[in-house]
Amino acid sequence: MSGSEVVIVGGGVTGLSAGWWLARSGVKVTVLDKFIVGWEASGRNGGGASHYSSPLFDEEQRLWPQMDELLGYPTEHQKERILIAMTERQWEQYRFVAERHKRLDHPVELLDVQQVQEAVPLAGDTCFGGVHYKFGGHANPQRSVQAYAWALQDLGGTIIQHSPVTGFEAAGGKVTAVTTANGSYGCDAVVVAAGPQIPQLMAQLGVTVPLASARAEMIITEPAPMMPIGGVDGHKLYGRQTMRGNLAYGGGPHEWLEVDETGPAARPSTPLARNLARRLAELLPKAAHLNVIRSWAGVIENSPDGRPIIDRLTSPDNVVVASMSSVGFGLSPASGHAIRDLVIDGKCSFADIDILKLSRFAGLAADWREQRGWKPLA
Amino acid sequence: MELNFTGTDVCAVSTGTRSAAEAHYDVVVIGAGPSGVAAALEARQGGASVLLVDENPVPGAAMGNDVPLYFGGRMTAATQNSERMLEAVFMSLPALEQAMEAGVELLLGTCAWGVYRNGPGVQSLPEQVVGLADANRSWLVGFDRIVLATGARDLALAFPGWNQPGVMGAAALQMLLTRYDAFAGRRILILGSHDLALETALLATERGLEVAGLVEVRAAPQGSAVLVAQVAAAGILIRCSAAISSAQGGLDGVEAATLTTGETIACDTICTAVGLVPSIELVDAMHGPRALDPQRGGYVPRGEEAVSAVGLCAGLADTGFDHIEYRMAWVRALASVCAPDTIICQCEDVTRADLIGVQPPNYLTRPAPMCARSLDTLLHDGPANPDQIKRLTRAGMGVCQGRRCRDQVAMLLAIESGQPFGTIPLASHRAPVRPLPMKILADWNEPTEMEAAWDVWFGIPTQWVPVEDIGTPFEDAHRGMLYTGMYE
Ligand SMILES: Cc1cc2nc3c(=O)[nH]c(=O)nc-3n(C[C@H](O)[C@H](O)[C@H](O)COP(=O)(O)OP(=O)(O)OC[C@H]3O[C@@H](n4cnc5c(N)ncnc54)[C@H](O)[C@@H]3O)c2cc1C
Repeated sequence: MSGSEVVIVGGGVTGLSAGWWLARSGVKVTVLDKFIVGWEASGRNGGGASHYSSPLFDEEQRLWPQMDELLGYPTEHQKERILIAMTERQWEQYRFVAERHKRLDHPVELLDVQQVQEAVPLAGDTCFGGVHYKFGGHANPQRSVQAYAWALQDLGGTIIQHSPVTGFEAAGGKVTAVTTANGSYGCDAVVVAAGPQIPQLMAQLGVTVPLASARAEMIITEPAPMMPIGGVDGHKLYGRQTMRGNLAYGGGPHEWLEVDETGPAARPSTPLARNLARRLAELLPKAAHLNVIRSWAGVIENSPDGRPIIDRLTSPDNVVVASMSSVGFGLSPASGHAIRDLVIDGKCSFADIDILKLSRFAGLAADWREQRGWKPLA
Repeated sequence: MELNFTGTDVCAVSTGTRSAAEAHYDVVVIGAGPSGVAAALEARQGGASVLLVDENPVPGAAMGNDVPLYFGGRMTAATQNSERMLEAVFMSLPALEQAMEAGVELLLGTCAWGVYRNGPGVQSLPEQVVGLADANRSWLVGFDRIVLATGARDLALAFPGWNQPGVMGAAALQMLLTRYDAFAGRRILILGSHDLALETALLATERGLEVAGLVEVRAAPQGSAVLVAQVAAAGILIRCSAAISSAQGGLDGVEAATLTTGETIACDTICTAVGLVPSIELVDAMHGPRALDPQRGGYVPRGEEAVSAVGLCAGLADTGFDHIEYRMAWVRALASVCAPDTIICQCEDVTRADLIGVQPPNYLTRPAPMCARSLDTLLHDGPANPDQIKRLTRAGMGVCQGRRCRDQVAMLLAIESGQPFGTIPLASHRAPVRPLPMKILADWNEPTEMEAAWDVWFGIPTQWVPVEDIGTPFEDAHRGMLYTGMYE
């Protein structure tokens, strides 16, 4: 496949990582994005990288600690996580999760209140306990996105921003070109990694991809004193302390949206910032005096089972579709690898990813979104 | 695996999940300056229920962060005494009493930190609300119409030594003099010579302060002839074709300024009076329409039925003067006195070289490929965007919420990319548009529906089941423990 040309639709972490992996294999890649790389979910997420539920988990864990070196640019990846339970019910749930990790040989340790306070200086004494994951971690999404983009360019790949893809040209059961407002790009293969816009794009190829999009929100504080482990969450929040010290946290109810072929119409945050601030003040009471300085929202798509769809189509047979179903930042080093394998070899080399095939939704009711209430409010 | 599960998504937000507004007014006016008070009175006299809020007196901690104005650490200790400040602020505007007598409800020491409404991307708000906060708590207030009388904030400008106490803005100086009576300086050097600078000089003189002079980059004074004459009559010298080249100081901040002419002037305060920027944070954070108007000082709200702007928030008086061109002249002049290590973003310690080099902060390593990157290489991919520069360099990401650097960064990007200022997008404003302590922003009275809908992520029963467990009894155990109550 060396010397062939792959066009990637979407410059989020998934498309960029795939492009970087392909470029590493000598493939000529062009990534097209409607705006600036990472402007959608990939630059607006919690940076968590501990996806133990995924078949890509081992590869995610193997790769993250090497990513700065492999890419040549900083990602701010930091290892490990601590989950703090603030209610009896959470403590029960987190211990259940810890047991499961033990069973699956993921190293974890239970922490009592005193141990939590030692490990997490901003925590208080009203917690029930914690779970220390000696795996997983987090990185800076915005820095990581740009790192992928730059690394891809360093390998000869091309990034074309401000170029919404409007359609495809096909011949002989293959996509031969990708069209944008600014011209069309001939290709030997295509990767569609366009996040919430995947269904609309794939519909043009006659392929139904069941995805529903929603908005999720986060808040961030001014810098706090550095904690030994930045990946502290729990209390039904996810988040991290950045390497600068800021506390960036999200969680809570999402809002289902309709997204058309131009993408999310807006990404407004809401007064949910107050509910997030409350929970964060409970989780890390010694940081409760710190200023919240921003909030934001991002739009992500979910598949019906909440798991990614990474699949190479049978017709047209040179198209790989990749939706990360709202858990795509952390998995990006591995998802890019899997996509590279599908494009070049037709098969993932390092994991069995059949569970991520599109065909699993063959029996899905047409009105699946209505049936389960994954529809926007009136 | 079961896919066709049915029911309602209990983890999706709905209007019933959210906290209701504590009160509702026909009209809420943000900002109790003269135009805000006038708007409130007018609405009240028209029969509307009116709430008028003003963030002054601002908490001392916020002032120390140059929020909302560029105070430059030159407020007296009296500003720490909130009772006394409340009185000073109230007494400074006699019209406030009249408004209250007319039935306007007044809240001082109360900031508006966000305006929220349904629209593209959000349909879950019970009504349009403004988020308010005082020293103790935050809450939401519903409204039919909101009037933004938030004024204008200072344009800050970087030069060697600008990052020390005593370098401040004209709006902050006027605020401290006229409403707080709490300015700590004695001898002021003023940058600029347009009306703002001239008025500031006259006010300072009237308040018994010493004005060490005005400094003007252009060849002649820029303001109205009348004001120029008054300043001359007060014996204040305007040094033209000159810029500041550095500020020297000690423990208490500024002690002297050196000009590009070589002259050194003793002063304890350097007041940047080159421009005011309409305070449109709330409009921008609510995705309201706004447009760049160089004659009115920057981006101004376009106005909507339910959202209007009055006073300086709506734009500076249009005298035909191109404020943007004037500011660009200053930034160009100062760019040549700034060293590569001159700080541009004070909160995040971003130097000019790192900003233009799009380099990460110092706590990260810079491998060779990183060092080879710069604004130039980034411009190959597309036009300069301040939000992207912010993500990479952290300039504008700090606790002052970009108040001190966002305008300069945009101007520097225009200069460095050789593009007109108007092509550089406005860096986004986000709620809370005032830094608010977590415990104050927090909703301590949220409805139980919020907790019931709260999941760490989407609450999709199958999303976090480890692949190894699928089809085993562990799958059900997982669901039973983590997703009880869903989709029933
Ligand atoms: C608030 C929030 C918190 C999150 N927290 C985490 C977390 O902690 N850990 C984690 O792993 N994940 C998290 N996620 C999810 C994660 O961000 C996403 O799953 C991931 O970024 C998806 O990346 P992507 O590249 O597949 O899609 P996207 O980031 O959506 O990128 C798609 C790209 O395609 C472009 N595009 C779309 N259509 C077109 C077109 N027609 N033409 C050209 N370009 C197009 C878009 O502009 C966009 O840049 C979170 C998401 C949000 C919103």
